Amino acid sequence: MKIPACRLADLPRGEAFRLDIDPPVSVFHTDDGELFAIDDTCTHQDASLADGWLEGCEVECPLHASKFDLRTGAVDAPPAKLPVRTHEVVVEDGMIHVRVSTDAPNLPPCVASRLAGGSA
Amino acid sequence: MRTVAVVGASLAGLSAARSLRKQGYDGRLVVIGDELHRPYDRPPLSKEFLAGTLGEADLALEAHDEDLGAEWLLGTRATGLDRTDRAVRLADGREVRVDGLVIATGAAARRLPGADGLAGVHVLRTLDDARALRDELARGGRLVVIGGGFIGAEVASTAYALGLDVTVVEVAPTPLAGPLGATMGGIVSGLHADHGVRLLCGVGVKGLSGERYVDAVLLEDGRSIPADIVVVGVGARPCVEWLEGSGVELDNGVKCGADGRTGLAGVVAVGDCANWYDPRAGAHRRVEHWTGARERPDAAVATLLAGGAVAPGVPRPPYFWSDQYGVRIQFAGHAAGADSVTVEEGAVDDRNVLAVYRRAGDPVAVLGMNQPRLFTRWRKQLAAATS
Repeated sequence: MKIPACRLADLPRGEAFRLDIDPPVSVFHTDDGELFAIDDTCTHQDASLADGWLEGCEVECPLHASKFDLRTGAVDAPPAKLPVRTHEVVVEDGMIHVRVSTDAPNLPPCVASRLAGGSA
Repeated sequence: MRTVAVVGASLAGLSAARSLRKQGYDGRLVVIGDELHRPYDRPPLSKEFLAGTLGEADLALEAHDEDLGAEWLLGTRATGLDRTDRAVRLADGREVRVDGLVIATGAAARRLPGADGLAGVHVLRTLDDARALRDELARGGRLVVIGGGFIGAEVASTAYALGLDVTVVEVAPTPLAGPLGATMGGIVSGLHADHGVRLLCGVGVKGLSGERYVDAVLLEDGRSIPADIVVVGVGARPCVEWLEGSGVELDNGVKCGADGRTGLAGVVAVGDCANWYDPRAGAHRRVEHWTGARERPDAAVATLLAGGAVAPGVPRPPYFWSDQYGVRIQFAGHAAGADSVTVEEGAVDDRNVLAVYRRAGDPVAVLGMNQPRLFTRWRKQLAAATS
């Protein structure tokens, strides 16, 4: 599934765009000009990584101290223990699209139970 | 170095053990902990764990398949350090001879004098504390929290959501004035009243009453507040008694340099027991923040492995968070010494605020309530300004 996110021109370097699908996905434009898409929700607790601290190819959760590698989704340290999913980014005619991974997401317990309950 | 011991098996100790392996130490690694549990995360103990929405397995700090190649000596307390033999003595009579030592023994909850042996009186620091309190809160009733700091406020918030009748007693005129300053301390502690939790300020606690079970908290102004459960949240003291006479300098915890080094070669300290030199403040500071326990071991371990021959980096400004009544509170920097606080975004009445503390016009701290995105930006700016 390829979903349009935003125009490349509207996403400056160092910024993130949150795509409000369920679960949400965020596109990051690094200071070096690269684009990456990962699941937006920290795997530890319900927090938006698009609000986080972007440095190089890593984003730090805005609440706690876990950092996720935008390239692989890997997490460096607690409190998060699981990686986030990564997604393919495609730019066509100046528009950023995300091809959402079909893998199961690693969502924090509170969000996972909400989705399982079907009351999103 | 052939043997390094980490004394303390909580976040700071685990982070130190990880840093050792990450930085290439491949010798014998012994981790000593006085609790029986593997390393676990404490922040949820006053919130999701107490509320019953997170279980014990969720608290584990180690990843599922993580193996640091360490010997874990759990359920035994360090009782002494022999500098001549370079040995850590344990309560069970064992001794671990070490070449390098990381002190990560943390802090213990302060208790109320004279409250021992009275059922219904709790502190909250460890998993076992949290289990006991959780079971008691489940029965409901009237809860009195002594201390309006972050732990006390979080317990009050959780207990309120569980349906208890809650009163918070704080000796200072304004709760949280120490970490947040009086103005913002008043605003954050206003969350209690927003939810019908009574907050009594500027009054000390004289004692507790009750035969076997606590039945009231007695205040210094003569009032008596009926209570079925009491939580004492009046801070923590560093666990460093075991180091007395060891040659490690003790002054509000283990006195150490900006890189965690102590006066003894091959000995560093991290986490809540460590009174680090803060080059920005030009003074020692013992900071009991989760982020410090997580991040500072990297520097201390680098110092330990290099024999003290590395220059300490400048740590990021201290950062902590708290969740109360559904509001995410975040703070970075040092409020002390600020000469102004201004609300940059949001409104105080909505408890939706980004406030910046300044000294002579320069930002020195930032507070966010439900403002994670803006807070991150300001925190970044603060780090850039002070590095």
